[in-house]
Amino acid sequence: MSLGIGDVLVQLLNGLSYSSFLFLVAAGLSVIFGVTRIINLAHGSFYMLGAYLAVSLTTLFPPTVIGFWGGIVCAALVIGLVGVLVETLVLRRIYEAPELVQLLATFGILLVIQNVTLKIWGTEELFAPRAPGLTGSLRLFGRSFPEYHLVLILMGPVVLGLLWLLSYRTRWGVLIRAATQDRDMVGALGVNDRVLFQVVFFLGTMLAAFAGALRIPVDTINLQMDLSVLTETFVVVVVGGMGSVLGAYLAALLIGLLHAFGIMIFPKITLVLMSLVMAVVLVFRPYGLLGKPEGAARKGILAIELPIKPGSLSFNVFWLGVLVVLLVAPMVVGSYLQTVLIEILILALYAASLHFVLGIGGLPSLGHAAYFGLGAYAVALATSLLGVPTLTSLTIAAFAAVVAAAIFGWFCIRLSGIYLAMLTLAFAQIMWSIALQWVDLTGGDNGILGLYRSPAFASITAYYYLVLSICFIAVLIMRHLVFAPFGYALRAARDSVLRTEALGIDVRLHRWIALIISGGFGGLAGGLQALQKGGAFPDGLSVSQSIDALVVILIGGVQTLVGPIVGAAAYFGVKTEIMRYLGDSWQLVLGLTIILLVVLFPQGIAGFVKQRAAR
Amino acid sequence: MSLLQVRNISKTFGGVQALRGVNFSLDEGQLLALIGPNGAGKSTCFNVLNGQLRPDSGNIILAGRELVGLNARQIWQHGVGRTFQVAAVYGSMTVVENVQLALLSKGRGLLPVRRSTSHYFRSEALNLLEGVGMHIQADRPASILAYGDVKRLEIAMALANKPKLLLMDEPTAGMAPKERHELMQLTCNLVKQRGMSVLFTEHSMDVVFSYADRLIVLSGGTIIAAGDAQSIRNDPAVQEAYFGTGKTFEI
Repeated sequence: MSLGIGDVLVQLLNGLSYSSFLFLVAAGLSVIFGVTRIINLAHGSFYMLGAYLAVSLTTLFPPTVIGFWGGIVCAALVIGLVGVLVETLVLRRIYEAPELVQLLATFGILLVIQNVTLKIWGTEELFAPRAPGLTGSLRLFGRSFPEYHLVLILMGPVVLGLLWLLSYRTRWGVLIRAATQDRDMVGALGVNDRVLFQVVFFLGTMLAAFAGALRIPVDTINLQMDLSVLTETFVVVVVGGMGSVLGAYLAALLIGLLHAFGIMIFPKITLVLMSLVMAVVLVFRPYGLLGKPEGAARKGILAIELPIKPGSLSFNVFWLGVLVVLLVAPMVVGSYLQTVLIEILILALYAASLHFVLGIGGLPSLGHAAYFGLGAYAVALATSLLGVPTLTSLTIAAFAAVVAAAIFGWFCIRLSGIYLAMLTLAFAQIMWSIALQWVDLTGGDNGILGLYRSPAFASITAYYYLVLSICFIAVLIMRHLVFAPFGYALRAARDSVLRTEALGIDVRLHRWIALIISGGFGGLAGGLQALQKGGAFPDGLSVSQSIDALVVILIGGVQTLVGPIVGAAAYFGVKTEIMRYLGDSWQLVLGLTIILLVVLFPQGIAGFVKQRAAR
Repeated sequence: MSLLQVRNISKTFGGVQALRGVNFSLDEGQLLALIGPNGAGKSTCFNVLNGQLRPDSGNIILAGRELVGLNARQIWQHGVGRTFQVAAVYGSMTVVENVQLALLSKGRGLLPVRRSTSHYFRSEALNLLEGVGMHIQADRPASILAYGDVKRLEIAMALANKPKLLLMDEPTAGMAPKERHELMQLTCNLVKQRGMSVLFTEHSMDVVFSYADRLIVLSGGTIIAAGDAQSIRNDPAVQEAYFGTGKTFEI
């Protein structure tokens, strides 16, 4: 393929147009994060809502220039108000909660918006009217370029300029900048921070919705828009530096151009390219291009914890009872319930492996699915290509995940907090896009199907016992490590890195090993899942797979070692039950349940019980 | 023979020269106070010593070994203990576990994985806690201690490595007068018992004048005076750095 100057120019313009769009979404996220310190997973949802509403309004309004642009602006403003509503009803109540609890709440909001959107607009993809007066194309060196994209290109710098004016020329801008540096201080100076947070949420969600609305003439509108924009937006915000609008612009330019030219040269791996850029930037500039180190943390990612101690006699008797019940269960219950138990056990192992780095190590991983999915594919490939028996394939799965965790972990241990969360998310997205795009190996969207277990484990009961023993042993190993000095070093580093280094303990080494162990068990869980379902699918590497583990841990309570197990049972039970009875409303109910749980029990269920017991 | 020799240390931040050729030494068994008005360079000097900052030039020799260029962990290995301005202990562990962890550290590699932490160094940890009067509270969570007790726990943790030198960053900041004197008296006793040296920064003049064997006064990034309490108290250059003219340390 030979590239003419026209191709390059058109790709350049495409890149700029894409940059502008990324910047609008990212600027909104960055402003919200800067002031509220909330990692808003629902940001993409407001973007999606903006697009849907804009389609309706532009169709409803007369097909004139004023009608079209009026529809776009109205959609952005209305969704901005929806953002204020969400802030006021939900987020305001949890500003003091640990960061991961806030993250979970925003995930609940994401689910609710997903379902509400589906209920209002249906599952069909929507197409919007084209912008009146901008339907033509420019000719550039023999190539055509749509006029509408020129508007998009301009929109980035225009919004950047407006935000600059707002920040440096208005009282609200001064307050927002001040709150970005230290919101407690702004509150102490007598500023009404409730109103300030509402204004910030309005601004942030309006920008996201505006970006979504602007894209309607060039994109199809569907229900996957929220998550697909979220990853790229996070990459942009993290590369630019959290809270820095100018940084977000530079990063959007970088990512947008990379995306445009990446498509030309390596069409299949643009997401991989993007994530690699992010990894490289974060290794050399851990706070992004223009970001500043996070100020002295007012609170950790988790609440202050009480010392862990081996369970009391009654506690141990209770769990021994649970084990006995699980051991005799297959003699009493049928294959359906055995399958349910297998799924819960696998989910518990998966969540426990994340808890090991997140709860004990204090490392907020948002990409644990990387290991889970890898384990699943490793089992699938080992079984289908090499024909190895079940136990060997599971060993291969754990080993593959260990290797991946060693590589990803090497980058991750240099970072902490939000940057670490974003880098882990990016690594998981790399794996996900490889699984989707390397069709010859992974089967792409369809995954790898038709796996069979070795004859010894072919029956559901035999497999149940295999899963039970693996999960039991794995959880015991992790528990043992938590109580060993190794686990104490992890908790020490979580409580205070400086103190731990000053005691001569190598924080990075301990964290690296912890990530590797956690990855290995995560991979094992993924492998067990693949053998249970008879296949490996890209879903196992997806954002929602990562979030699942987080939800389980947070429902169960981060402070307790049994949290992941309690959480797995509760989450699986709730999810399957509401899916069974409510059909397509399950997201709505699950989302509302999560929000309610978070607002009522910010410490999780097991944490709540523990707290009550401590009184 | 002096234990610690600080030779010609300089450090610049952007255009600000925080330290301009600082020289001093610290003898074995000595309690040396580093004082000076705000912005004098105390914290910079302190952070250079503990490995958090790298000086632009100069040497720090501890018992014949160069410390410049080493990280916090390596400096700990060379026998330097440390307490923080805002006491840092592990809130999610009990008092004795805090000290056990300090005793377990070997300065490199991983901590043991074979047995649970309660099997390691418990009696040694209790001994150290007894030395700072904290053994009665050994099994309480560190997160619910009174602040003075947190400080004493921190000292016990710093002693776990049998340090030759203990660096204390404003040890009595945020404490009531009675607690201050108890803490400093404890520190003096530990210095005598263990033959170690202490270097501390401090804002509270009554603490400095009562307990330090020797004082070094920093101002504008250089040492403007050094000597015992009496000579520093009467030094006109020190008085001017602190008060301008017309006032003294006497109340």
